[in-house]
Amino acid sequence: MEYEAVIGLEVHLQVRTASKIFCSCANRFGEEPNTLVCPVCLGYPGVLPAVNKQAITKTIAAGMMCNCEIAGYSKFDRKNYFYPDMPKNYQISQYDLPLCQNGSVRIEGVGFSGDEIPRRHIGVRRIHLEEDVAKSIHVGSYSVIDFNRAGVPLMEIVSEPDMTSPDEAHAYLTELKQMMHYADISDCDMEKGQMRCDVNVSVRAVDNPGFGTKVEIKNLNSFRAVHRALSYEIERQKELLEESAAVEQETRRWNDEEGVTTLMRTKEEAHDYRYFPEPDLMPLQISADMREEIRRNLPESPASRRERFVQEYAITAYDAQVLTGEKALADFFEEAAAASSAPKRVANVIMTEFLGWLGDQGKTVRESPVGPEAIRELVSLVENETISMKIAKDVFSEMMETGKAPGDIVEEKGLQQVTDQSVIESYLQQVVQENPSVVDDYKSGKEKALKYLVGQVMKLSQGKANPQQVNDRLRDMLSQ
Amino acid sequence: MDKNIATLSFAHAAELLREGQISSRELVQALLSRVDVHDEALGAYLSVARESALSEAEEADARRQKGEQLSPWDGLPISVKDNIAVAGQANTCGSKILEGYTSPYDATVVRRLKDAGCIVLGRTNMDEFAMGSSTEHSAYKPVANPWARSCVPGGSSGGSAASVAAGEALAALGSDTGGSIRQPAAFCGVVGLKPTYGAVSRYGLVAFASSLDQIGPLTKTVRDSAVLYDLISGPDPNDATSVPDAATGVSGVFDSGLSLEGKKIGMPKEFFDYEGLSAEVREKVQNAAEALEQRGANVKEVSLPYNEFAIAAYYIIAPAEASSNLARFDGIRYGRREVAEAAGRLLETYRLSRGKNFGEEVKRRIILGTYVLSSGYYDAYYLRAQKARTKLREDFARVFEECDVLLTPTTPSGAFRMKQVTEPLQMYRSDIFTISANLAGIPGISVPCGFTETEGLPVGAQFLAPHFAEKEMLRVAAAYEQASPAAGCYPDVTETDG
Ligand SMILES: [Zn+2]
Repeated sequence: MEYEAVIGLEVHLQVRTASKIFCSCANRFGEEPNTLVCPVCLGYPGVLPAVNKQAITKTIAAGMMCNCEIAGYSKFDRKNYFYPDMPKNYQISQYDLPLCQNGSVRIEGVGFSGDEIPRRHIGVRRIHLEEDVAKSIHVGSYSVIDFNRAGVPLMEIVSEPDMTSPDEAHAYLTELKQMMHYADISDCDMEKGQMRCDVNVSVRAVDNPGFGTKVEIKNLNSFRAVHRALSYEIERQKELLEESAAVEQETRRWNDEEGVTTLMRTKEEAHDYRYFPEPDLMPLQISADMREEIRRNLPESPASRRERFVQEYAITAYDAQVLTGEKALADFFEEAAAASSAPKRVANVIMTEFLGWLGDQGKTVRESPVGPEAIRELVSLVENETISMKIAKDVFSEMMETGKAPGDIVEEKGLQQVTDQSVIESYLQQVVQENPSVVDDYKSGKEKALKYLVGQVMKLSQGKANPQQVNDRLRDMLSQ
Repeated sequence: MDKNIATLSFAHAAELLREGQISSRELVQALLSRVDVHDEALGAYLSVARESALSEAEEADARRQKGEQLSPWDGLPISVKDNIAVAGQANTCGSKILEGYTSPYDATVVRRLKDAGCIVLGRTNMDEFAMGSSTEHSAYKPVANPWARSCVPGGSSGGSAASVAAGEALAALGSDTGGSIRQPAAFCGVVGLKPTYGAVSRYGLVAFASSLDQIGPLTKTVRDSAVLYDLISGPDPNDATSVPDAATGVSGVFDSGLSLEGKKIGMPKEFFDYEGLSAEVREKVQNAAEALEQRGANVKEVSLPYNEFAIAAYYIIAPAEASSNLARFDGIRYGRREVAEAAGRLLETYRLSRGKNFGEEVKRRIILGTYVLSSGYYDAYYLRAQKARTKLREDFARVFEECDVLLTPTTPSGAFRMKQVTEPLQMYRSDIFTISANLAGIPGISVPCGFTETEGLPVGAQFLAPHFAEKEMLRVAAAYEQASPAAGCYPDVTETDG
């Protein structure tokens, strides 16, 4: 029997704003516990929420990045339940009229497993805005609460159950994170709890039109964990089905060390959140002008950028995927490539040399000691044959170390390629005279011998001779 | 002095201060003395800010001497209902669950009064979390009606109304969710103003029912209510439901004369036909209508058919909102916590803290509200109540096309006796004439219009106006006040035993 997985993701993303959603406390991670608090976010008697407009506009921007329909009329609702991490014992959230609905995220390219993912659109059912709750910290037999997080604007992005493999789920999350970075909506740092992900997965026989029993997985702290947990869980469910055993509807916890999911709780107790419209806040009227304004300020999406890079710069889809992974990198590449006569070569230098160097140094694109114009100049030095690719590598290292312009480095160190025929001729003469036996080898048909001779000439020229030129002349010379 | 202070209005006190006939300190001291003498029997105050009031009065006097008064009202004391936050003061809301809690911040209305130099004299008693119409539901003590101590002062702002009537305050702030300012004002023979929803910031008012609550003044005169409205109203960035187009400068009506020539006053027949309306109250309010006619107003009968549903809708919407608003009182972050014996069980802590420290009426409404919001009941109750509310609003909009201001009784009867009303529904019905203004969001004011013949208890006439038409409403109320047989009448608090 052939099986297929049905996967849906529920992602919580903290919106990056200067202040919290309903008060003026700073929205910052990593401060001393309970220092970013005020009567409002502590739910003191008598306080009222006042909406942070930035949180609204960024949520709408997120919806636009995900091709959502943006509500003209939206509102906040109260979700009522008791828990100590929620100061008011209700959460201001959105119930039936979320800010964004019916969108999609395009996924494609090389997946986490290395396999190619065919291009697909994953549905985004809704994006709504709510307040984050405080952080409970359990210490032995009691708990303490840090309210710094209480009231941080939080988006909930609910996908349709459209994904069929761990690779697709991973790609969806990656794309989502990229878009949020591109539009400066969220930092999406899972370690800081800025991005949290719950997974729903079921498995069904391919010829079965219905859905299998859904299992929810929690405690997923990285995209890699999502991928691994899904792979594990899909196998587990398949095995159950193959044994004709039932998959229980339950919530399971991912154990990252052991690489398994374990039962957390069965049968979700039926929560009645008693939603009702938040009477302390006016409904949100989102005018066409406001939407237009937000749309005008949106960046190009990573997907569209990938497509454009392939077309405009004649690079491969894989190169485009790598180069658009981060907005800063994509900007860097584009600035270097746009005015270059060899964008493909620019892409290669960035992907191999530049990213390699940054990786070794543990630096980000923004921390690069040189700008995109340096890469462009380096490539043009190779293109116009001022230096060879081999020399270019040295110049690259030098420029990353010193921040100097590649042209200056070449000038200072006299690294220009020797193109003067007479100089090259004299190198050739010398090498041929000094290696009579190798010359004989070549003449007797050993092609390898030529390579050695070329190497000797290059050595003599300190790498500054044009290797192609040397190769061609040497061949001519020895065939006479 | 003592005799004078009892009848001294807020505006008149400002004049005395300006003329140097009295100092702020003397004013505060005189009021404190009256509180000392009378409040043990009345119970209008839950706490008195003796020290801070006196020292703030001295500061105000010093400012005035240097000609640096913050406003014409600098140095005037005011009493504040205990559900409105004042930094550094208790904020019990008449509940045990907030015993020991000190507010870290000022409500916007308090901030505005302080900015004008006003002094918070003390915190007035109330029905727990403003749920009640008699102030018998205060968890601390009941309040006696200054006109007859065996009677209730009304509620939930019973402490505010009684303190003003008994001359223990120049004026007081209350809150009105279904009549909680106007009904006690009527029972205690003072003026009580509920502004248009959104005219006065609710920031710092401990919420009972967010879509209905409004802070307003209880005063000795209509002018004082206008003055206080001007001081506390206006948009507030901390309250998203406060509006920019609220009426301003309403005390200006007193400068332009109080002519009622051509004013159209409507009397909703459903109010006057209500079977529970006492004949005496009906008669007093009809007398008020005649007085208005004599001053040139056109009085006509109008109809508000949907008022019939007001109480039903109110007792769904208000408890629904309250059940959620009161969820934060859980003993975890502030207020009283009952530590669960069973090894710190969270649920037990909630149950004990809330179970022991909320009163019966509060629990009743939390349960009611939780029920009507529950899945499967929401549409039948909450949603239908909202529809009735819309209909009621449309009723008022239509009526206000034919008239400028409505005149109704504030309450069906005079103050009832303590422990006389024991059935919740019977208690709820005492708000039948006031609740619809909260549901519709329109302003209302109760003005004394006479006394019952049998017991000599005050009767109130209520004026209602369209949204933000406080100025027109106050003009009519003030014009009527000049003709009212109850104007200038105060109880003799030393002789009201029985
Ligand atoms: Zn805060």
